Amino acid sequence: MSKDILKLTCRELRDSIAKGEIKSSEAVSAVFERIEKYDGQIGAYLNTYKNDALGKAKEVDGKISKGKSIGVLAGVPIAVKDVLCTTFGTTTCGSKILENFHSPYNATVIEKLLAADAVIIGKTNLDEFAMGSSTENSGLKKTVNPWDKSRVPGGSSGGSAAAVAAKMCFAALGSDTGGSIRQPASFCGITGLKPTYGRVSRYGLVAYGSSLDQIGPLTASVGDCALLLSVIAGHDERDSTSVDEKMAPVYDFSAEIDEPLKNLKIAVVPQLFEGADSEVVNAVKGAIDIYKKLGAEIIEIKMPHFEYAIAAYYLIATAEASSNLARYDGVHYGHRTKNPADYIEVYTKSRNEAFGQEVKRRIMLGTYALSSGYYDAYYLKALKVRNLIRGDFTAAFQKADCVIMPTSPTTAFKIGEKTADPLQMYLSDVYTIAVNLAGVPAISIPCGFDKNNLPIGLQIIASAFQEEKLLRIARMFESQTDFHKRRPEL
Amino acid sequence: MTNIDYKVIVGLEIHVQLATRTKMFCGCELIFAAEPNSRVCPVCLGLPGALPVMNKQAVEFAILTALSLNCKVAEFTKWDRKSYYYPDLPKNYQISQYDLPIGSTGFIEIPLPDGKVKKIRIRRVHLEEDAGKNIHSEGNFSQVDLNRAGTPLLEIVTEPDINSAEEVRLLAIELQRIVRFLGVSEADMQKGHMRFEPNVNLHIKKDNNEYKTPITEIKNLNSFKALEKSVAFEAQRQLAEFLDSGKVMQSGNKKTLGWDDIREVTVLQREKEEAHDYRYFPDPDLVPVVVNKKWLVEIKTKLCELPLTMQNRFVSEYGLSDYDAGVLTADKAAAEFFDNTVKAGGDAKRICNLVTQTGLKIANEKNCKVSQLGISPQKLAELAKMVEAGQISATASVTIFEKMTQSESAPQQIAESLNLLQKSDEGELEKIVDEVIAANPQAVEDAKSGDKKSKKANGFLMGQVMQKTKGTANPQVVAKILSSKLNKGI
Ligand SMILES: [Zn+2]
Repeated sequence: MSKDILKLTCRELRDSIAKGEIKSSEAVSAVFERIEKYDGQIGAYLNTYKNDALGKAKEVDGKISKGKSIGVLAGVPIAVKDVLCTTFGTTTCGSKILENFHSPYNATVIEKLLAADAVIIGKTNLDEFAMGSSTENSGLKKTVNPWDKSRVPGGSSGGSAAAVAAKMCFAALGSDTGGSIRQPASFCGITGLKPTYGRVSRYGLVAYGSSLDQIGPLTASVGDCALLLSVIAGHDERDSTSVDEKMAPVYDFSAEIDEPLKNLKIAVVPQLFEGADSEVVNAVKGAIDIYKKLGAEIIEIKMPHFEYAIAAYYLIATAEASSNLARYDGVHYGHRTKNPADYIEVYTKSRNEAFGQEVKRRIMLGTYALSSGYYDAYYLKALKVRNLIRGDFTAAFQKADCVIMPTSPTTAFKIGEKTADPLQMYLSDVYTIAVNLAGVPAISIPCGFDKNNLPIGLQIIASAFQEEKLLRIARMFESQTDFHKRRPEL
Repeated sequence: MTNIDYKVIVGLEIHVQLATRTKMFCGCELIFAAEPNSRVCPVCLGLPGALPVMNKQAVEFAILTALSLNCKVAEFTKWDRKSYYYPDLPKNYQISQYDLPIGSTGFIEIPLPDGKVKKIRIRRVHLEEDAGKNIHSEGNFSQVDLNRAGTPLLEIVTEPDINSAEEVRLLAIELQRIVRFLGVSEADMQKGHMRFEPNVNLHIKKDNNEYKTPITEIKNLNSFKALEKSVAFEAQRQLAEFLDSGKVMQSGNKKTLGWDDIREVTVLQREKEEAHDYRYFPDPDLVPVVVNKKWLVEIKTKLCELPLTMQNRFVSEYGLSDYDAGVLTADKAAAEFFDNTVKAGGDAKRICNLVTQTGLKIANEKNCKVSQLGISPQKLAELAKMVEAGQISATASVTIFEKMTQSESAPQQIAESLNLLQKSDEGELEKIVDEVIAANPQAVEDAKSGDKKSKKANGFLMGQVMQKTKGTANPQVVAKILSSKLNKGI
C-alpha cells in the first residue's frame, strides 16, 4: 500500500485524503518509513518531527471525518529547508552559529503551509546560510545525491531536493538566491521553481542576499510546483518587497496547467551552449526538438551581458550577506565563545568559531565590496551590470515567451571535486544566477540522463509574474516525457 | 600683549525622538520605562528572517519638521544600512538615510536676547532607528535593554553658523518649541527625547593671521544646561590650548569628547577621529520612498503657525512684552488657548496674566495643559472683562479662576456666590470714606502733609475702607474718592 501512496503527486494525494481513500496519517507513516530506512545514507534532513507530523495528520483526518472544510494541501507531508523560521524545532541555517536557535515565530510561508493543512515533517540540510552549490558547506551534516551517493545533491537546497528525489516527502520548500532551488532540482532529477522576486513573502526566510532571495517549491512534477506556488504566493504586509496582488494576482496556478500555450515562441541563446557538457547540451537540444514538434517557434537571441552575471552576483549577494550576517555576533543569540576577554572578542571569536569557510569568504568579499574607496568600483558597478542583465531579459521577452537553456553546465559532480576551488564551484551556477539578478521566474525540469544515469535539468525562464505561463510551458514538455517519473534505486 | 580676537564656531547635530505610536520599522508601541526587553518583537530584536516595514507616520512627522525648518523635501528617498558592531545594535547595522535625506538645505530662526532674530542654516534632516541601551551592571558583564531599539529618531544637522554657547542653547530651545508645536515629538529632555552633539572650534585672529583650532565633537548631551556649559567650556579650553601649543586644525585631528556633568569639564573619548567606515548601502529589505505631490499636500495641511511667528504676532498684534509672548508660546496649548481667549474678547495683557500667572500654575499642579482645565476661552474672556470693568479685583479673579476649574458656572455667578463682586457705587463708598476720615484724624493729617508719612497714611486709610467693606470695595474708586476728599482739605 505505502509504495503506491509514494507515487502520488501532491494533488492526487490531497484528493485521495479528501475523499477518505487514504488517511493523511498513512501518508505520513509511509514517508517516515522511507526516512527511517534511507535518510541515514542520504542525509537530507537535519531534523524530523514524526510525532508532531502524525499529530497534525490525525487532526486533518479528523477534520475530514467530521466533514469540515480542509486546505488545498490537506494532509500532504512536506519538508522545508532549514533556512525558514519555525516555532517548532530549531532553525539552524546549516550553521553552527544557529545550531541551537529556536525561532519565536513562523515564516509567512510556514503559516501558509499550515493554513493549507499541509503536514510539515522536517527541515532539510543546506549549504550554511544557503551559500553554496553542493550542500557541502553545511556546518552540520553531509547530504549525498540519491542517484549516486558519491556525488553532491547540488545546493544550496540540496536536502530538499534529495528528500523529494528519494521520496522522503511529497514536496519541499527551498530558497533560491543564485540557483539554489533549480540547480539541486536538476542534479536530483526533480522539478524546482524560483518564483519572481516579490512573488513570495521573504518574512521568516533567513536572509542571504535580500535582493535576490526567493522561496520556491521543489516537487516531483510541474503541477505540484503550480499547486505549492498557489499556496505560498501573495503579498505580505510584513515584507515590503512582496508585490501587491493587484499587480500580481494569486490564483490556482495549477488549474489550467494542462492547457498548452498557443503560438509559443521560445528563445535560445547559442552562445550559452558553449560552456556546457555535450551530454547536457544534447539533452537540452532534444527538449527544444520536442517543443518544435509541439508547434513552438524557436528563435535565436543574444544576451550580451549574461557572461558578467557571476561577477556581479558575487559582489551584490556577498555585500548584502556581509550585512545580513552581521547580527550573528554571540551577543543576543546563537553561538557565543567561552571566556571572551572583552566584548570585541565576543564578536571575533564567536564568529570565527562558528562560521564555516565559505561564509567567512563571502562576508569578507562583501565587506570589501562595500568599503569606502571600493564601493563605486565594485558594488555600484555590479548594480549597473545587474541593470544591463535585466535589459537583456527585457529584450528577450519582447521577442519570445520564454528563454530556454540548461540549468547547470554539468550533471551532479563528485563530493569534494570542487571544494578546493571556489571559483569552479561558483561557475556551476553560470546559468541560474542571471535569473536572480533580473528577478524573473524560472523553473528547472528533468530533460534527460547522462551516461552515468545522472539527471539533466532544463531551465525555462519567463518574464516577471508570468509563472502561470512558465508552468504551462514546462508542463507541455513534461506531458511528452517521463524523465520526471524516474526515481533512483536506493 | 599680542593682538588676539576669536570667534566660536559651532555646528549642531540633534536627535529628536518622534512621538509616533509605534517604532520605526515594527509594530511595537513606544512606551517609556517599560520592563527591560518587554517592548520588543522579532523585527526590533533583529532576529533571523525578520524584515522591517516603514512607519508612514514617522515619515510624515519628518516631512512636517523638514518643512517647518524651511528644508527642501526629497521627492525620492531611500533607506540605507549603516554598519557598525555594538551590543545595543541587534542587527549590527542601523537603518538610516545616507545620501538622500528626507530634508535638506533649510534654516531655523532663533530669537536672540537683544530682540533680533538669527538664521541658522540646516544642512539635513533625516530619519533613522534608535539603538537599545547597554546597562553596565555590577560584575564582569553588561546587559542590553532593547526596548528603545527601533525607536524613530529624526537627526537634524545644522551648518556651523552658531557663534556662542548661548546661541546653541537658544537654538535647542527653539527646536524643542517647534517640534512640540508640530506635535511630532514630546521633546521631553528627562526622557532623552532630544540629544545633542555639538562640533566646536575657534577661528582665531592673531597678529593679522587667522587660525582654526582642531574641531571637537561633544557626544550625547541631553540637557540644555549641559549643551550650553560644554560649548562654553570647550571654547575656553580650545583657546587656552591654542595659546599654549598653537595647535591648529588638520585632517585627522578631530577629537571626540564626553561631558562630565559633575565636574563640568569635557573629557577625551577618542583621540583621533578614525575614518569610520560605515559601509553604507541601500537596504534591500525596504522599498524607496516616493513623496508625491498629493501626499505632500496632505502633509502640509498638518502644518501650523510656528512658535516664533506666533510670539512675534502676540507682540505686534496684542501688545504683549516679548517676555510674556515667549512664556505663552513655550507651550502650544497655552499659546492657542491665550489666542482664542483674546479673540473671544477681553484685554490681551489681562488675559496673558490670567493664563501665565494662574492658568499655567494650576495646569502644572494638575499635570495637564492649560486648555484642559475645563475653562473655555469664552468663559475666561468673560472673567477678564469683569476685571477690566472693575466688577472684581485682580485678586478675586484668581479665586474665581480656581473655582471655574471645578465648576461649570459662569464667572459672574461664581463671583456672586463667593461675594467677590466689588462695590463700585460712588455714593455708597463715599459714605464709608467719610466715616473712615472722621474716625482717623491723625492719619488724615499725615496724608495731607505731603511728606514721607503721607503715603503710609494714605495706605492706612485705604485699608480701613477695605476692612469696613470686607474687601469688596473697588480700590480704584475708593482711591479716587479718598484723594479728592483729602485734596479738598477737609
Ligand atoms: Zn518591535
